[in-house]
Amino acid sequence: MIASLLFTIGALGVLVRRSPLIILLGLELMLNGANLALIAFARHQGEGDGHVFALTVMAVAASEVVVGLGLIVAMSRRRLALDVDRMTSLRG
Amino acid sequence: MDVGNVLVWAVWFVAAFACLGSGIAVVSFSNPFYSALALIGNLASLAVLYLLLSAEFVAAAQVLVYAGAVMVMFLFVVAYLGGRADAPWAGGASWQQVAALSAAGALLIEVFLAVGLEASDRLSEEPPVEAFFGGPHEIGRLFLTDHLLAFEITSIVLLVAAVGGVILGSHTRRFEPGVDR
Repeated sequence: MIASLLFTIGALGVLVRRSPLIILLGLELMLNGANLALIAFARHQGEGDGHVFALTVMAVAASEVVVGLGLIVAMSRRRLALDVDRMTSLRG
Repeated sequence: MDVGNVLVWAVWFVAAFACLGSGIAVVSFSNPFYSALALIGNLASLAVLYLLLSAEFVAAAQVLVYAGAVMVMFLFVVAYLGGRADAPWAGGASWQQVAALSAAGALLIEVFLAVGLEASDRLSEEPPVEAFFGGPHEIGRLFLTDHLLAFEITSIVLLVAAVGGVILGSHTRRFEPGVDR
C-alpha cells in the first residue's frame, strides 16, 4: 500500500547521474525509500524491529553524508571540476 | 468510514504526494541549493508518513537528525561551493540517460513485483498494536537486547566516519606535499 507507492522515491533517486552533490541527494532519497518500506512493514507485522533497522540506516546515511561531503570539499579545494563524468583518473 | 478515518486518509494522501513531488523536485532542480531545500520538504513529509505508521520515535529522529543536522551540513557545503547551477539533464551522453531511465524502471518493476507477490494480500489489513509501539521505550529495549550488536557497530561506523571527515577536511597539503595545486 503505502510502501509500494513510496518505493518510487528510491527509484527516482537512481535516475540522478550528474553533479556529485545531486548524486548524494539522490542517495538520501533512496535510503529514505528503504526506510519507509522498513517502517511500513514493521507496522504491518506489528513488531518494532523495523524501527531499529530504520534508525541504523539513518546513522549509516549520516556517516555516508559526512564522508561524501568531505570528498566533495576536497575535490573543490583542489580545483577539480565537480562532474562525475569528467573524473576518470585515480592517483594514489 | 467515519470522520477520523477520512482525516487520516486525507493526511496520508497529502503527505504521500508531497513526498513524491519533492522527490521529483530534488532530482530535477538545476541549482543544488533548491534541491537541498526540496529534500528538506521530502524529509518532513516522510516524517508525517512515519507518524501515520505509528512510528513516533523514528519520526522525531528523522526531523532532528536528518532535517536538522544533515541538511544543515548539506546547505553549508552548497553555500561553501557556491551555487554553481548546471543543466539538469544535459550531462552525459544520450545513451547514458536512456540507460539510467531503463535501469530505474527495471528497479521499480522489480520492487513492485517482489513486494506484490510476497505481501499483496497481507498489506491491506493493519494489525492492532499496543500503545507503546514505536515509542522510545520499545525501541530502546530492542536496541539494548535483540539488536545490541547492530547498536555497537553503528557507533563504530559513526566514529570512523567522523575521523574520515576530519582527515578529508583537513589541509591535503600537509599529507601530500607537492600534489596540492
